[in-house]
This record gives sequence, structure tokens and C-alpha cells, in this order.
Amino acid sequence: MLTDKYASEIAEILNRYPAERRRSAVMPLLYLAQSAYGHLSKEAIDEVGAITGVAPTDVAGVVGFYSLYHDHAAGKRRVQICTDLPCALRGADAWAAEFLARLNLKKWDETTADGEFTVEHVMCIGACDKAPCFQVQDSTGIHFHESQPDRAMTVDEAVGILEGLKGK
Amino acid sequence: MDQGKHILFRHRDIANIRDLDVYLAHGGFEAFKKAVTTMTPQQVIDEVKNAGLRGRGGAGFPTGLKWSFLTKDSFPRYVVINSDESEPGTFKDREILTHNPFQFLEGAMITAYASQANTIYNYVRGEYWDVVAGLEQCVAQLYERGFLGEKLFGTEFKLDFYHHRGAGAYICGEESALLESIEGKLGQPRLKPPFPADKGLYAKPTVVNNTETVTNVPFIIQNGAAAYRQNGTEKSPGTKLFCLSGHIQKPGNVELPLGVTLRELIYTHGGGIREGKGFKAVMLSGASSVVLKVDDALLDTPLDYESVAAKGAMLGSASVIVLDETVDLSWVILKTTRFFKHESCGKCTPCREGTYWMLSILERINKGGAAKADVELLQNVASQIQNKCLCPLGEFSVTPVLASLKAFRGDFDAHTADGAPKTAPKKAAVAAGD
Amino acid sequence: MADQVTLTIDGVSVSVPKGTLIVDAAKRIDNDIPVFCYHPKLKPVGMCRMCLVEVGRVMKDRATGQVVLDDAGQPKIGYGPKLETACTTPVEPGMVVVGASQKVTDARDDILEFLLTSHPLDCPVCDKGGECPLQNLTLRHGPGKSRFIYDDKQKNDKHVPLGGPDDALIFLDRERCIQCARCTRFCDEIADDHVLGFYQRGRKIEIATFSEPGFDSKFSGNTTDICPVGALTTADFRFGARPWELTTSASICNHCPVGCNTTFSTRREAKSGGKQVIKRVLPRQNEQVNEVWICDKGRFGYHFVESPARLTAPLVRKDGKLVEATWDEALTRVAETLKAAGSALVGLAGGRLSNEDLFAFKQAVTGVGGKALLDAQLAGGELTTVVGVSVGTDLGQIGKGTAILVVATDLEEEAPLWWLRVKAAAERGATLIVANARPTKTDRHAKHVVRYDVGNAVSTVAGMLLEGSSEYATAFAQAENALVFYGREGLDFAGTQALAQACANLLIETKHVGRANNGLIGVWTSANAQGAAELGLTAMPATPALLAAARAAWFMGTDPLGDGRLTQNDLPPFTVVQELFLTETAKAADVVLPAAAWAEREGTYTSGERRVQRFYPAVPAPGSARPDCQIIAEIGKAMGATRFGGFPAQVFLEIAKTVPAFAGLNYAAVSAVAPQWPDVGGRDQYYGGASTTNLQGLGVQLPSAAERGVVPQAARAEAPKLAHPVGTMLVLPVAKLFDRGATFAPSTLVHPRVPAPFVAINPVDAERIGIADGDDVELALDAATLVVPARVTADAPEGVLLLPVGLGVDTPEGPAAARVSKAVRVAV
Ligand SMILES: Cc1cc2nc3c(=O)[nH]c(=O)nc-3n(C[C@H](O)[C@H](O)[C@H](O)COP(=O)(O)O)c2cc1C
Ligand code: SF4
Ligand code: FES
Repeated sequence: MLTDKYASEIAEILNRYPAERRRSAVMPLLYLAQSAYGHLSKEAIDEVGAITGVAPTDVAGVVGFYSLYHDHAAGKRRVQICTDLPCALRGADAWAAEFLARLNLKKWDETTADGEFTVEHVMCIGACDKAPCFQVQDSTGIHFHESQPDRAMTVDEAVGILEGLKGK
Repeated sequence: MDQGKHILFRHRDIANIRDLDVYLAHGGFEAFKKAVTTMTPQQVIDEVKNAGLRGRGGAGFPTGLKWSFLTKDSFPRYVVINSDESEPGTFKDREILTHNPFQFLEGAMITAYASQANTIYNYVRGEYWDVVAGLEQCVAQLYERGFLGEKLFGTEFKLDFYHHRGAGAYICGEESALLESIEGKLGQPRLKPPFPADKGLYAKPTVVNNTETVTNVPFIIQNGAAAYRQNGTEKSPGTKLFCLSGHIQKPGNVELPLGVTLRELIYTHGGGIREGKGFKAVMLSGASSVVLKVDDALLDTPLDYESVAAKGAMLGSASVIVLDETVDLSWVILKTTRFFKHESCGKCTPCREGTYWMLSILERINKGGAAKADVELLQNVASQIQNKCLCPLGEFSVTPVLASLKAFRGDFDAHTADGAPKTAPKKAAVAAGD
Repeated sequence: MADQVTLTIDGVSVSVPKGTLIVDAAKRIDNDIPVFCYHPKLKPVGMCRMCLVEVGRVMKDRATGQVVLDDAGQPKIGYGPKLETACTTPVEPGMVVVGASQKVTDARDDILEFLLTSHPLDCPVCDKGGECPLQNLTLRHGPGKSRFIYDDKQKNDKHVPLGGPDDALIFLDRERCIQCARCTRFCDEIADDHVLGFYQRGRKIEIATFSEPGFDSKFSGNTTDICPVGALTTADFRFGARPWELTTSASICNHCPVGCNTTFSTRREAKSGGKQVIKRVLPRQNEQVNEVWICDKGRFGYHFVESPARLTAPLVRKDGKLVEATWDEALTRVAETLKAAGSALVGLAGGRLSNEDLFAFKQAVTGVGGKALLDAQLAGGELTTVVGVSVGTDLGQIGKGTAILVVATDLEEEAPLWWLRVKAAAERGATLIVANARPTKTDRHAKHVVRYDVGNAVSTVAGMLLEGSSEYATAFAQAENALVFYGREGLDFAGTQALAQACANLLIETKHVGRANNGLIGVWTSANAQGAAELGLTAMPATPALLAAARAAWFMGTDPLGDGRLTQNDLPPFTVVQELFLTETAKAADVVLPAAAWAEREGTYTSGERRVQRFYPAVPAPGSARPDCQIIAEIGKAMGATRFGGFPAQVFLEIAKTVPAFAGLNYAAVSAVAPQWPDVGGRDQYYGGASTTNLQGLGVQLPSAAERGVVPQAARAEAPKLAHPVGTMLVLPVAKLFDRGATFAPSTLVHPRVPAPFVAINPVDAERIGIADGDDVELALDAATLVVPARVTADAPEGVLLLPVGLGVDTPEGPAAARVSKAVRVAV
């Protein structure tokens, strides 16, 4: 139960919003639940509902609407590569294809054989000047990995970054 | 603007300005103190009005005027900062929040004082996770040092600052969807009226401003409207952050006075087109831009709100996407359409169904083998969406489509059965099916 | 009028109240602007964009604020660059709305084409086909040919049960859904059940439920009526019939005292052996009663009518056995014996019977000197006839200035539509005071929640008359109008009598009687208990004492043996039962007479709001079953006690002659109709084809005795003390809408939604006794010992066990003391 393990985090989250507006805490609590459980199952949704007094259906609506909440399990980390226009203009599509191949993945949303990484393509992540770029979403949050201003990140470097994350 | 003298990007002039002591040593929070201890909220509003500051979130609405619309005698009020920054090609707020956080915070705090609000929520896109973590530390320091909390500077003014993380939804940049999102709901836009100044967050009067917008405010309060007006044009005063991306030599942000020409922006500050290629087209406001064919007249256009509008486009958030001569516009439009289809909130029919339909046609065109009639149909469907949507997102989705069909029709026709592709489309090596 | 706004719509001038939306203003002049997401009962959202119109506004000079005039001296009209949604735009003086232009027609065509891009176009197999707004508007605005490539259509799930595969009452066809959010908004705004919502976004957005069980609402069926396409269908009707094969007949729901107006859709079908059968129940619009809604019990609870267990022929006891007999034989036997019993005849009637039945019954029984009573558990009818709500009372109109006291009842479970209407009144500003021993859903909208200890309902209400006793008492006393709903929770029959009196006293003393929107409303356990009271039948629960001296008993539509209130030994030497089923009481009777169900005959009911409403026959009665009033008239005539015939209309005229409240009434008056607003029927695009149009009568509200000049008097009201010996806890029977009652049980599709028996116990008590959630609990009552599984919940007050009624466990009639322990399971 979240309430047992994360009582102080929950209290801090609820404290951000007026007492009669607990529904506002749904989004931060979903992030909390997601980092605790890996994904947002029906039970997690019910728990967030119970903490905020919001009906599970309304909590679920939030889960379904926002792309950073996940209602199904995947690899330990989600590697999210931007292939949106600005990045694609700097070669993100080809880069991503090579990246997938290096991880022995045939298509998007597949998970590496060791269960570590699920690779997804995402819309613009606000790092267009540093393409190619990707972010890793895991139980600690969402972290950017991007090219240097003067030099594009190579697929080797990217794979190296992932290797470094393993076991952490 | 003096070279090396930034107003917004002061971190580029002053090392470690994201350290509170360094920020304080360079006049940090003096503007806030000045406002709270020596000015009335109205005086702050007037100063910002006189400075002519306009919203940097896209619409360019006069900021002081917006603040003065708050419903009288209705409290509590809220200030909500829009750090959702999700328009493809936009990454300026991220730089402010990461490298010059205290100036941003100070600007937001002055905004709250002017609006007589005691609570600020900064809505930051979820992707900027670590940026928020950094900002939360900054906020904690401000509470410790007495810049946030009760009885500020010994006055009755109190102020709290909280962050609310988005979770991957472009539509939440639209202010009413953003407010819904803070309220813990789906980020679907509200009907307007009522406007946020009347019924915003929790149905209370609310100011919603962009990150960059409020980051201007400390300078204005500290140095006065006249000093602020030394940059920019009469109707578009001040400096603006331009985000350069795409086929440009030096991608990244630059801070320049409004009214700088496109030529100067691209060739002086951006280092020109990558690999010395020709400059085919430009999108000035991200994926929702009118795609403009580049010619000399365009290159000499001053980049301010009015001059760009006169070209039938929008300056928006000044997210300048450069397209060189190798680019096939039908592919560009495939990308923008996929974005809007993915981000449509689904509330209104034309956007929900229309973006889906446009994408289906564009995929067909890009795969080759489409007929001319398909291009015709695309034009039809786009026009059919236009002017019927509940919020601007749906309208945004159409803008690049219609502009490209007008200026670069050949790029589309080339894929049709009655004309072979001229330039090889940059087809995604892996189908980015969605 | 200052608050009227005059504008022009397609060249026609119309004046409407300020704040009216363009779409409604147009409706007033029969200009149907097409809509999908808009529904007049829901807040506008402007989502579907179907209602786009051109809007011109009077131009004003920015500087001076003066109206700009054209050359002819007329105000200049300025049109915006975009079309606007008629469903969200309020009217303005001088506004010019154009819906009949090419531009608007094109826009509607465009939106419709968009809506069809993902639509499966499966009208030929769709339940909604024939009464579908999307189908209708497609004929008007749809493209002749699809430009959307079929293979690109999004494939969505069909036939999704909203709930488990076995318990779903509503099914969703995701391909047909046009995302108008009418269903989700109905649940959120009207029912306050947050059990249906959107999931995902953009083109992937879909309707989903995450409640347990799925779509957990007592009002779920209404969404299938307002769904403008065939996306939502009921488990009952889907694939049942095509709308154009259906015949409609008007009715009144007889499951509770609200008196919702309904329509039966029937057809003659091969699979039912060529019989005319009921296919569905729909709400029929009556703005003063149920608006356009009904609850799920009313919608799905009609199957008892077609039950194979119905009685089809009279039965007479011969050689100790009930055997079929002719009507003549049975009636002769009954008439002779009852007449012979004379003053030793006791007649007990159920509250489901019509006014005509009850009146005829009373005449027949009292005509031979017997006693005619209403077998009921809630007293106070003689008070509601005097200080009951007055003519003109409309729960749909009250708001600010009105106080509503709801005491000792769980309104949503006992009279769901009243719950909806009271909630809406509270939202319009009425001061809602909810007094009960435990929390109920009504609390959510209450301004004041008053919690008393079980047994203190009467003193709580009586206390409201003490000057300055509480904020809510003052609010009630000072309100311009005041209403009281009282029930029987936590009370025995004598207790309900006292509570009714205390409520009446409160209304009398605070001068809230004899005027519209004021008065007392009994939350009766049956549909026509108010009618019985108006006709002078005294309510009295069947008890052994009541029958002790009787020589004959006549039970009509009531089953005291089945309810455990009487045993066979309590019955007098001769018993006749008039019934739909072979109930426990019928099994013990000497003669059993098969009655026609209300759907098989005509008659009137009097609702708790004292509205007399007419219902009509929809299907034929099984076998030789006859309408009650016809049976009674024949018995009455044979006994020489009745002078009139057995036709309901005749009996009704007789009532009008003899009962003052009914003076001057006849069937024509009761079935009169008048235009209603909002106008949701027929060719209307608001609502689609569902047969909600009310052509068969809005009913007539009866004047109370207070209105007719009787001066009501307050009287002593004191509840009998609750016996509560040390070491016992109180068992509090509570009502559930979905129960196993004889008229609901045959609706098998609702069975999974009927809770299994349980008893709710407070966590503190549970811990003390050592009971965990789900454990069996033994309740040792005076009369019997029950074993029921526990549900540990804070909803049960400390020291009190909540025991739902009608779930298959014999519950006590009122609160009862019980020794409580954990049941020991004996291994067999
Ligand atoms: C679809 C859509 C997306 C938007 N995204 C953003 C955004 O990411 N950041 C932002 O500041 N404004 C965005 N806006 C504009 C906001 O609605 C709003 O105008 C702005 O936050 C006002 O602040 P300003 O006056 O300081 O510019 C968006 C608008 C629309 C319609
Ligand atoms: S245009 Fe319509 S569907 Fe699109 S984002 Fe706005 S409201 Fe949502
Ligand atoms: S937008 Fe007006 S009816 Fe749907």
C-alpha cells in the first residue's frame, strides 16, 4: 500500500493543493504509484482514488489521457526516442532504426530480451537542438540523454548509456 | 542589445547564476523587494503595461493588460506559469528553468504580487523531470531565505510556490486544458468564456503566463519600462528567445531583440544552413507554423509580431525550424500531422477525426502510389477542419498542411501515380506507426 | 419584459428569457438546429460541433459604446469570421442567427462526414436504427459516398459489457460511439455516479468504466436513451426488436411511490408463441414527475409480468388441495363465505393496487361490515392527505428559498427519482437537511447532515420546533417553502406513526402547509400507498392479533406469510387471496384468484406527491387472469355490497363522486397533456427516437385537505422506546433498491447486481467481537437467529448493525436488539 510506504510523500503532495481540491493530487500520486509499482494497474488506480476521494473511473481517465502514465507493464526502463520533425530533420529516424537494430528489437514498443529496456518513439521532448536525443523513464523519474551542441550522439554512445544504467 | 548583455539568458553572461548567492550578488530579488515594499499591485501592472511586454507563450497578448482583467474583488487568485513547452521546435523555457531559475522565479513572484495572488503553480511538462527537481531545490532555498512564505519583507503579503508536473500532453499547453490538468482531470480545453482571469484555476481569477514572459518582469520592475523598450520595436518591445532547429548550422537558443531580420537570425546567429545547402522553407512557430517559402523578401522580414503577421504567419513562440532544399514538404507535413493526431485531445469532432483522416491520406501519399485526387482530398479535409474546432490545436494542425499545399504543391504531386517522386522522401527507416 | 431577449433566427423573431442558448431559442420556434453532444438536461460542452450557425451581433462603437446604424437607420450587424456553436452561445438582444445558409449547411455536412469516418455504418443490424439521430442527420447532411478509405477505419471493440460479462446491464459498441460525452455527463452531473469516463485521447478516446461492479449506477439505463447513436444498449433490449416493429403504450412505474411515467414497447412475436410481449420500458417525459429519466429498477423490473409462474386460473381448495376451478365456482364460493363472515371479515390490500382496485375493495369489504386495511409498514397516510404537498408542487422547479428535510430514509435506494430531484434542487440552492442514523448518498448534497442515535428520529424532528435549537431548524422554519420526506428506517410501525406526526407538526407550526411546494411526503414502500390513504384505507401491518377474531380474510396483492409476518396458524377459517403468483399466503388460502398485472389493464395510481396518473394496458393477461377491480366488483355485487361495475373508468367516476380530494376528476382530466419544456420528443434531434413523448397524460395533483379548508392540528408525537438490553446490539433493517422481491426477482438479468445477503458492522464493533470482513455473524434476535456474512464498514454506526431487507434473509420489521457473535461454522 502506498499509504504505508510513502506516507510523508503523500502528505507533501496533498499539501500542495487546497484541502477541498484533493483531486489535484491525482497526477503527482500517479507518478508516485508508477514509480512504486512500475505501471498503473487497476489496484494502483483504486489506491490513488482512495487517497484522493476521486472515483477510480476518473483516476483511470487521467491515466489513459497522458502518455507518460502506463497502464501495462513493460521493461524495467522505457527508452523514449524523439522522432518528431525537428529531430527527424537531423536524422533521428535513421538513428533510431540503427539503435533498435543494435538492441535486437524489430519494432517499437518491444522490450530487450533481458527485460531491461522497452524502446518507444515519442513526440517532441523539447531538446530539438540536441538531436538525436532520447529520455529514459524509470522508477526514478525521466532523464534526458542528448547530443552535444557540436556533435551528434552516436548509437554506440547511446547503447553505452543504457549499459551504464543496467543494475542501477 | 549589447553583445554579451542578455536580459533573459543572463546565465550566458554570469557564471553560476543558478546559485542563489550569485543571483543575489547580481541584483537578484531586488525587483521583487521593490515591488512588494514600494509599489502597489496597480503600479506594477502599469509598469509592465508601459513596457509593452507581450506574452511569449504564442499569442503575444499584452501581459499587463491581461493582469488588469482579473475579476475585481474576487479572491483567492492564482498565478499559473505555463512551462509546458511542447510545441515541436521549442526548447527555450527549458534553458531558462535549468540555467537561470531564480530570475524566472522572481518574475513569477512579482506577477503574483501584481495579481494579488498568494499561490503560484508552475506547470512543467513531465519530460522536464530533472528540471523540476532542480527548481524545487531553488524554491526550498527561497522559503529558507524568506523570499517565499508569510509576511514577506515584513508586509502582509504571503506567497507559496508549487510545481505541478504534466505527463505528456501537448494540449496542456493550452491554458484552459492546463488548468483542467492541475485540477486532476483530463487535459481537455474548456469553453471560453469564461476566461481564466474570471474563472480559472478552481474557478477563481487566474493569471496564466508563459515562463519566458515572466522572466522579463524583474528587469522591467528594476530598470523601468523605458529601459526595457530600448530593445525591440514600438509594438513588439524587448528581446525574444529564438529556438533554432532543423537544417541549421548552429542549432540552439539565441536571445535577440524583437525585429531582428530572419536573415540576421539564420546567417549571423545560426551560422547559416547546414552543409551550405539552399534554404527552402522555414517554420517560425514550430509544428503549427505556416510553412513559408524562403526568398529575399522573407529573409529581410523583421521578426516581430506585426511583421510576421503581415506575411500571413505567426511568430508564436519563435521556434524556428529550418528546412533546406533537400526537404520534401509532404514528408514534413506527415510529421507535423502525426504530431497533431497524436496530441489531439479528442474532445471535438473536426480535430479528432480530421487529424486522423489527414494522417491516413498523408501516409498513403508518402508511401507512393497515391493518386492526385488524394492530394486534392487532403486539401479538402484540411479546409473542412478549419475554423470549426473548439480550441486552436485543431486549427494548428491544418495550418502547415494548407500552407505547404499552397507553396509546395509539387512536393505532394510528385508522389502521386501521375508523377514520380523527385526528391527521395526521408522515409522513416522504421515505420513510426502510431 | 426586462429579462426577455428578442433576436432573429432564420428571419423569424423570437423572444426568450435572458441566458437562453441559441439552440433552445430556435427550438421555441420549431427550428431544429442539429445537435449531438447537446442535451437540454446537461451542461453544454460544444464538443461535437454539429450545431454551428452564423451569428451576427449588433455592432457597437468601441469608443462610445453607441450602436452603429446603417444607412436605413437600423443597427448594423457584424458577423464573426467563424461559425459559432448554437449550443453554447447565449442569445443577445438584436442578435441575428442564420442556420439556413449554404455556409452552415456545408459545415454540418463537413462535421457529419467526420463523424462517419470511423463509424461502422451498420444501421441494418443496429438497435438504434430507426430512432437514431445520427442516422436521421446522415440522411439530411451525410455524404452520398464515403471518401474515407474503408481499410483505414479504426477497428474498435464491439459489444463491450460495461461490467462483467455476466452482470453488465449496459453494452457498449465502441465503433458506433461518437464521443459526445452525453453518457459520461449524465453520470457525473445528473446521477453523481462517477462510473463512466473517457479513456485515452484523440481518435483513440473511448468510454470506459472502472467501478466495481462496472457502470455501478442505479440510473445506468438512461444513458441508452440519450446516446444519440447505437453505442449504448441495454442487455435487455439489444438485438431484441427493431424500433419500427414496436407498439407503445403508456404506463406508470409501480416499483416505488415516485410514479415515473413510462412507455412500454411491445410487439407480437413468433419466439414468444405469437403473443404480444413487452420488449422494453422507456421513460415518458413528465417534467413534474420524472423529467426524462427512470431508474434501473423501473426499466428492467417488468419481467415478472411475463413470468411463467403467473397464476392463470382460479384455484379452489378441495380435499385439502388447491385445484383449478371456474371463475363462477370460485367467485360464488368467495362471495358467500365473505358475506357470511360480515363484521368478522378482514380485508388487507397491498399498496401496488390501483386507486380503482382499492376503492372497490373498500366498498366491498365495508359493505358487508368488514374491515378494509392497507397492509403497510409505514404509517402517516392520514397525515399526508391533510398536510401532504399541495397542488402546483414541482420538485423540478424548487431551489433557493426552499428547505427540504429528508428523515429516516435512504432516498436513492427507496425512491431513486426523488433522490435525483432533491439533489438537483439542492444544486439550485435549496437547503437540504438530511437526518438519519447513518450516512446515505443524500448526505453528499446536504447543507446540514444530522446524525441521531437509532431510535431518536422522532425526538430529532420534534426538537426542530424548539426556538433556536439548531441552525438547520432555523433554516427550515424561515424558508419560504419547506418539504419533508420521511421514511421508516430505524422505526417500527408505531414509530413511523410518531415520526409522521412529528414531521406534520413541524410543517404546521412553521406554516408550511396548504401551499404549493410545501408539505409532507411519505417515502412509501409501494407505488400507491398514498392513493390508499386518499381513499380512506387505514394502513396497518398484518399481525396475528389483527386476525385473531376474524372468520374470513381477503388478501389482495400482499403476502404476509411470505414476508414472515403471519404463519398459517394465524389465518382464519376462510382465506381468499387475489394475486399474480402462488405466494406463501396463496398456498395457504382456500380460494386463489388470478389477477392481471398492471401492464395488462388500466387504472390510476396516486404518487407520493399526490399526483393521480393513468396507466394503460400493454399486453394481454395470461390465461383467465382478470383485473382486480373487475374481480372485486363481481364479488361485491354478489355480496350485495357494490353498486358499480368493474370498469376502471366507472370506478374512477364513483371515486370522484365520493372522495372529496378527487371531486370533479375523470379520466379525461388525468390524461390531459400540455406542451412541456424542454421539448424532447418526436422528430426532435435532441433526443432521438426513444418514445419519450407524453401523449397520454401528465396527471392531476390532488388538493390536500389543508387546501380544501381543513385546519390541520398538531398532535402529540412520541416514539415508543427501543428495547436495547445490555449486551445486545441494534439490528437496523435498511432498504435496497435491487432486492429479491416477488416483482423484481423474475428480472433475472439484474440478479448479479442484487447484493448477496450481508450485515454491515462498524470496525470498532467488529474488532471487539472479533469479526473480520466476510466472516459469518450470528444475530440472536427474539424471534429467530440469523447467520449472515459481515461487511466491516464505517457506514454502520457504532453499536448498530445494518441489515439490508429483501435479500433473502428474514429481517425484523423494525430495529431489534440482538446478541451478536461470530458464527461458528460446523463442519459437516
Ligand atoms: C495547443 C496550444 C498549445 C500551447 N502550448 C503552450 C506552451 O507550451 N507554453 C506556453 O507558454 N503557451 C502555450 N500555449 C499558449 C497558452 O494557451 C497561453 O496563451 C499562454 O500560456 C499565455 O501566456 P503568455 O500570455 O505569457 O504568452 C498554447 C496554446 C495552444 C492553443
Ligand atoms: S481542437 Fe478539439 S479535439 Fe483538438 S485539441 Fe482542441 S478541443 Fe481537443
Ligand atoms: S457542439 Fe453544439 S451540439 Fe455538439
